[in-house]
Amino acid sequence: MAEAQTGRRRAKKPRLAVWKFTSCDGCQLTLLDLEDELLAIAEALEIAYFPEATSRPLRGRYDLSLVEGSITTPEERERILEVRRRSRHLVAIGACATAGGIQALRNFADVAEYARIVYARPDYIRTLASSTPISDHVPVDFELRGCPIAKHQLLETVAAFLHGRRPHIPTHSVCAECKLAGNACVLVGAGTPCLGPATRAGCGALCPSFGRGCYGCFGPMENPNPPSLSDRLAALGMEKETLRRFWRSFNAGAPDFRRESARHGP
Amino acid sequence: MARKTIKVGYLSRVEGEARLELSIRDGTVRAARLAIFESPRFFEALLRGRHFDEAVDINARICGICPVAYQMSTVHAVEDAFGIRIAGPLRALRRLIYCGEWIESHALHICMLHAPDFLGYESAIAMARDHPQAVTRGLALKKAGNAILAKLGGREIHPVNIRVGGFYRVPRKRELAELVDPLERARDLALETVRWVAGFDFPRSERPYTFVALRHGREYPFNEGRVASSDGLDIPVRAYDAHFEEYQVPHSTALRSRIRGAGHYLTGPLARYHLNADLLRPVAREAAKEAGLGPSCRNPYTSILVRAVEVLHACDEALAILADYEEPEQPAVAVEPKAGVGHGATEAPRGLLYHRYVLDGEGIIRDARIVPPTAQNQAVIEEDLVEHVQRSLDLPEEALRHRCEQTVRNHDPCISCATHFLKLEVERE
Repeated sequence: MAEAQTGRRRAKKPRLAVWKFTSCDGCQLTLLDLEDELLAIAEALEIAYFPEATSRPLRGRYDLSLVEGSITTPEERERILEVRRRSRHLVAIGACATAGGIQALRNFADVAEYARIVYARPDYIRTLASSTPISDHVPVDFELRGCPIAKHQLLETVAAFLHGRRPHIPTHSVCAECKLAGNACVLVGAGTPCLGPATRAGCGALCPSFGRGCYGCFGPMENPNPPSLSDRLAALGMEKETLRRFWRSFNAGAPDFRRESARHGP
Repeated sequence: MARKTIKVGYLSRVEGEARLELSIRDGTVRAARLAIFESPRFFEALLRGRHFDEAVDINARICGICPVAYQMSTVHAVEDAFGIRIAGPLRALRRLIYCGEWIESHALHICMLHAPDFLGYESAIAMARDHPQAVTRGLALKKAGNAILAKLGGREIHPVNIRVGGFYRVPRKRELAELVDPLERARDLALETVRWVAGFDFPRSERPYTFVALRHGREYPFNEGRVASSDGLDIPVRAYDAHFEEYQVPHSTALRSRIRGAGHYLTGPLARYHLNADLLRPVAREAAKEAGLGPSCRNPYTSILVRAVEVLHACDEALAILADYEEPEQPAVAVEPKAGVGHGATEAPRGLLYHRYVLDGEGIIRDARIVPPTAQNQAVIEEDLVEHVQRSLDLPEEALRHRCEQTVRNHDPCISCATHFLKLEVERE
């Protein structure tokens, strides 16, 4: 079986494509940051479309598409349909692609006002009123969270799709990783506001390891209880306005965080 | 009338999305346009109403390749508003993490994005088949830069440890000592890279740039300095707005920068080198000389060589910082918010990055302005294109198209950063 698969791979490598929508490029850079594995990945699959790294033009269909970025323009809304048509598997990578990213703060504001603040000629701007995740537009086979995504999770995801299995990516909270890292709880111990109890693991409890509270860049864990965490943060003295901002950052558009931020203000 | 329009539909091996258009009529290049279709994300608007501590993390997301630059310009601008100055080991650690970003970003550009142009490959991965050593060396260098970011910042992309006043946690001496071996190896690799790049076949060019960069006086600039130009400008960062302006032109929808009453200017490695070459670490200065670089360099195609020299400088500088490091008593100085205006400018890998904030007494941002290097360089990139295409008109179309892309990549444009770029309509002749 293994031999048969190797033989097939030798005959035709799976084709990988990396697509960018509205984003900072950080998640696709994570692929290039796999310095030790990159050339091996390039052996195992054909990097068929990756404009940040190669000038090879777009053609044909792709076995695995990694999609970075959110949908914020009419052109992107069309382009993602084309990407879906060309892709056997489509994986959304990062907070922009899975929740709309930091630019989804516009969803809580007036985008015309935003354009006036930044640009002298806002009439030139063609943008949508909201920033939305890929799954709002096309079926997505898997979502990899994080702002940015974690290297080891990207590697696991690519490997899983190469072998036709589901990626093993935990959906529990940062707290579990924090305990494994041997950290004292910053929330209980130091009274530092922390979104870890409601945030999905993946970063290795990075912020608490640096003595600061988690700011939720991996988005909501599976079945979080945000109101309970808000109560705790309020008891620490966090004001309503600060609570609203705390829940509303890189994953402001993720439903669990969006609902919770809305409980504390418009 | 012979008329042709060359379009590069999707400019690859740059960070972000761009398109290139050239109009050629009767053998004369009429216009060159670097059209950016990166969607606006409105950072300056969404920062309004946010606390200064949040802005440090939010601004990192402007660019995944140079998040530290955005975090650094932010903290320096806010500290300027609050009247805070960072000295001693905290200042040294900021320079150290900036070294990491220069090494990581420059190594990516030199080996993965730009070198394939000179050697005739579509990508570094394709290049790896014939030049495996060069590519693995580039990846090893990049990894060494990223190791600094991960050690000091927690992770390579969007580090979590930088804050107004200093850091959340400062490393122990022995933690930082783990960086010494890899950086000593990286310094050797950086020198090899300078020598490797020096052997490339560079198209000839001599451009009349006005250079703009920070000048510190005692150090090759990262975090601090006065804003200086090759035409004699020398001002404190807070006077930036009085001397530089952003403007829009009718045929384009992009905001560009110019020196008030003067013209366009170039920021980035060539500018830093012109204004600060004497302040490079001796090993980098020596390597630059050996590679044939004079005190100034106006050939944009050799920017890759200057970048390589800067990587060598950053490796050596990082090692010097590591050797002198003493753990500070506190990870950050006390921060007392104060209503006011703060200005900050630092040297991102791609050039001068200016931030200005209006803050209220609670430390909430009321107004923000961010001027990224690629926005400042856009006009010069287009001027380069007009000049070089004019001289290359007899090349076959595919070669000409390739030369155009290479000309743009000379300036390592980071389009995700350039929050001021707008979508352009394609002009069809």
